[in-house]
Amino acid sequence: MTAPLLEIDDLRLHFYTRDGVVRAVDGVTYHVKAGETLAVVGESGCGKSVTAQSVLRLVPSPPGRYVSGQIRFQGRNLLDLDMAEMRKLRGAEISMIFQEPMTSLNPVLTVGRQIGETLVLHQGMDQKAAEARAVEMLKLVGIPEPERRVREYPHQLSGGMRQRVMIAMALACNPKLLIADEPTTALDVTIQAQILDLMRELKSRVGAAIILITHDLGVVAEMAERVVVMYAGRKVEEASVDDLFARPRHPYTLGLMGSIPHLGSSLVHNAPPRLAEIQGVVPSLREEIPGCAFAPRCGFATERCGRERPEIEELAPGHFAACFEAERVAAQFAEAAS
Amino acid sequence: MFAYIVRRLLATIPVMGVVALFVFALLHLTPGDPAVLIAGELATDADIAAIRAKLGLDQPFHIQLATWLWSLARGDLGISIFTNLPVTRLIEQRLEPTLMLTLTTLIVSIVIALPLGIISAWKAGTWIDTAVMSFAVFGFSVPVFVLGFVLILVFSLQLDWFPVQGYTSISEGFLPFLANITLPSVALGMIYAALIARITRASMLDVLAQDYIRTADAKGLATFDVLIRHGLKNAAVPIVTVIGIGIALLISGVVVTETVFAIPGLGRLTVDAIVKRDYPIVQGMVLLFSAVYVFINLLVDLSYTLLDPRIRY
Amino acid sequence: MTATALEPTVAAKPAEGRVRRVLRRHPKIVIGGTILLLIALVAIFAPYLATVDPQKVSPARRMRWPQELYWFGTDMMGRDVWSRTLYGTRVSLVVGIGAAALATVGGLALGLITGFIRWADAILMRIMDGLMSIPAVLLAIALMAITQASIQNVIIAIAIAELPRVTRLVRGVVLSLREQPFVEAATAAGTGLAMTMIRHILPNTVAPLLVQGTYVCASAMITEAILSFIGAGTPPIIPSWGNIMSEARSIFQVGWYIVVFPSVFLSITVLSVNLLGDGMRDALDPRLARRM
Repeated sequence: MTAPLLEIDDLRLHFYTRDGVVRAVDGVTYHVKAGETLAVVGESGCGKSVTAQSVLRLVPSPPGRYVSGQIRFQGRNLLDLDMAEMRKLRGAEISMIFQEPMTSLNPVLTVGRQIGETLVLHQGMDQKAAEARAVEMLKLVGIPEPERRVREYPHQLSGGMRQRVMIAMALACNPKLLIADEPTTALDVTIQAQILDLMRELKSRVGAAIILITHDLGVVAEMAERVVVMYAGRKVEEASVDDLFARPRHPYTLGLMGSIPHLGSSLVHNAPPRLAEIQGVVPSLREEIPGCAFAPRCGFATERCGRERPEIEELAPGHFAACFEAERVAAQFAEAAS
Repeated sequence: MFAYIVRRLLATIPVMGVVALFVFALLHLTPGDPAVLIAGELATDADIAAIRAKLGLDQPFHIQLATWLWSLARGDLGISIFTNLPVTRLIEQRLEPTLMLTLTTLIVSIVIALPLGIISAWKAGTWIDTAVMSFAVFGFSVPVFVLGFVLILVFSLQLDWFPVQGYTSISEGFLPFLANITLPSVALGMIYAALIARITRASMLDVLAQDYIRTADAKGLATFDVLIRHGLKNAAVPIVTVIGIGIALLISGVVVTETVFAIPGLGRLTVDAIVKRDYPIVQGMVLLFSAVYVFINLLVDLSYTLLDPRIRY
Repeated sequence: MTATALEPTVAAKPAEGRVRRVLRRHPKIVIGGTILLLIALVAIFAPYLATVDPQKVSPARRMRWPQELYWFGTDMMGRDVWSRTLYGTRVSLVVGIGAAALATVGGLALGLITGFIRWADAILMRIMDGLMSIPAVLLAIALMAITQASIQNVIIAIAIAELPRVTRLVRGVVLSLREQPFVEAATAAGTGLAMTMIRHILPNTVAPLLVQGTYVCASAMITEAILSFIGAGTPPIIPSWGNIMSEARSIFQVGWYIVVFPSVFLSITVLSVNLLGDGMRDALDPRLARRM
């Protein structure tokens, strides 16, 4: 078996603020194989975005500091690279799509310029060639009249079109890894479906691996092959999509599923489900939590959960969970499903 | 766009009208007889009557106003009391040094202030930021002529790098011109540079916190490109606005700088006119400087469309 | 605030603690205020600090460099520069504070009028737009050109030159407050215009006016010096910093010390006022402070 494309290994990223240390990422490990789509799921503030941004080293430092861990891309630890080497990877080998298409594009530069920029930078194209390629990319992401649109500014495009531009920009240099941070959250439901379709289609054509960050299990079911569930800066469950939906082993995952009425069909519904429907609030990441971070909100919690932290364990082939009551969780899910 | 320019040009008419009326009213609303004031303590009644006639003060008020406005409309700023030359002619003679001084100052200030402001925003919260902002407060607090004297003292008298005072036209050679204009430009430019550095920092801080800057970083662009190509252009509108408003500081400063450095420009002309109470010149200078200020700020407004594609008129 | 919880000593003595905390968070206020206080003391006690009568001419001791008896030297008429510089502090402070007070009061009145009375707004703001297009120093120069030189006229001229900006500021505050629910509610409840102004509008203008007034004070000090320097300000017989520099201008090459001392005093005074203004702005408007 070949080494994965990207391996995040026991990553700890802490923010040193005036009010104390925030343990945003606290020992996260996951990997992505070439060409695979991995979904990372969790509530906002669980560290899923910061972990992903760490791959591109986009987290400002200070206040952020990598306390331990490695991020290996094709075997090289990205945390050891200097900024110049890092910039060679950014946008060329690894690229990123952000949540807010409204604000993530530069308002004073033309769409063509913003797409072409990476090509000039990483592939040494001249302006003219870059613009021609930008037109091609716009066509690829399904924007009508690409020759005209390439000279337009972001404010002249709709939200969905802007996200298509973001995708075109991210894929311009044929990256090996695409990190999509909530790519559809800010969009209308119908547009969401279109963008997801587009991503799936392009993925099969380009062959890039994708890390899809989302809080929407519906999106996960449609897009991903494997899932990592994060809570309070840690990974709490990891499994293939089929396993996860068939036999969830962490009560938090169960809670996430509880907020979806019909699995995998959330796009049909008008209101996309939100994770906040789980009772209670995300704990503060400022203080060290002795037991399981989810225990205060958990229906399965025992006295042991408040005292001792469950380590992540492989409970079935390829299925990991960090819960003492994992089998009870799975059993209850099976019962409710039947 | 054309319609907008026309509309904006028309809008300057009432503003300049108020300036013209104000300048006219100055002479009439002040306590006492301006002619007596102008003539000075040793003047005879005949002298005072002559000045009164020259300024048209012997005419009825409405005639004076009409005459004043009519000559303004024709571009006539009146006749200097002491030299008997038309004010427009005097302005013409003195225009070059002032124009050159303001241009070089503009260039020096912007070239210094923009990078300082950008670096300060980029390194916000560090000692570099603190140093730049301290420089800005300093620039606001040290008056032009104080700085002028210090520069002369250090660079002309002690180090002998530059001539002490005076002006050499650019037509007499670029290097002599540069030697003379450097110190006045730096002195005059300090407060202006402080102003621009401050607004550049503030505007860049806003922009650097935007999502599209993160996007630019994620593309692998070098810091310089992120700051300049993606950052500065977005931060430009407030910066250009302040550059326009700051022209007022520059104009005020010219009057003093030309006095310190003995530059025979419009500022010097104004100061001499005040000391001699040659009122038509003072009126003409106020009108001229205000017109320049209004016109530059009109240009600034129009430049917005070039800087930000979202702004359309 | 969260900081209170972390500092029990502060919480125990809230009144004293709050002042101290504001001062600790805003060192600019402390530094600026302290320097300004010292300068004010110099101004008040100038007659005691001065070594000789600042106006006393003694041709025998002309152009002495700073030495034991004449700390700042003597000028071309043998007058003691140290004493003259000390007295100059008075002029600078009087003009700075006077012009700031006058411009603030005038601007407040005009701003309230323009903010509340439509027709007055149309006329007054046209005039203000016009005045604002005349650079302030130039406007003050023009005003001084037609009056007799006196400290009082200098104050008035500078105040008029600064008036449009203060008016604009107050008008802006009034206009934004008029749309606020509590002001509309007061009006709807039948509260008179005067009462609305006193109760709801005036208190909200205090903070921005305080900050703006401080900046006006700083720029008035510079303008006074400029006016005196070019011979259109404080009468030459009064020792003001601008006058001292103006007189020494022609002999700058041989007697530059005469220019240096008032320059340093003027710069430090203006710097302290600016620091105070920045500090107060930071303290009163945290949103703006983060950006500037």
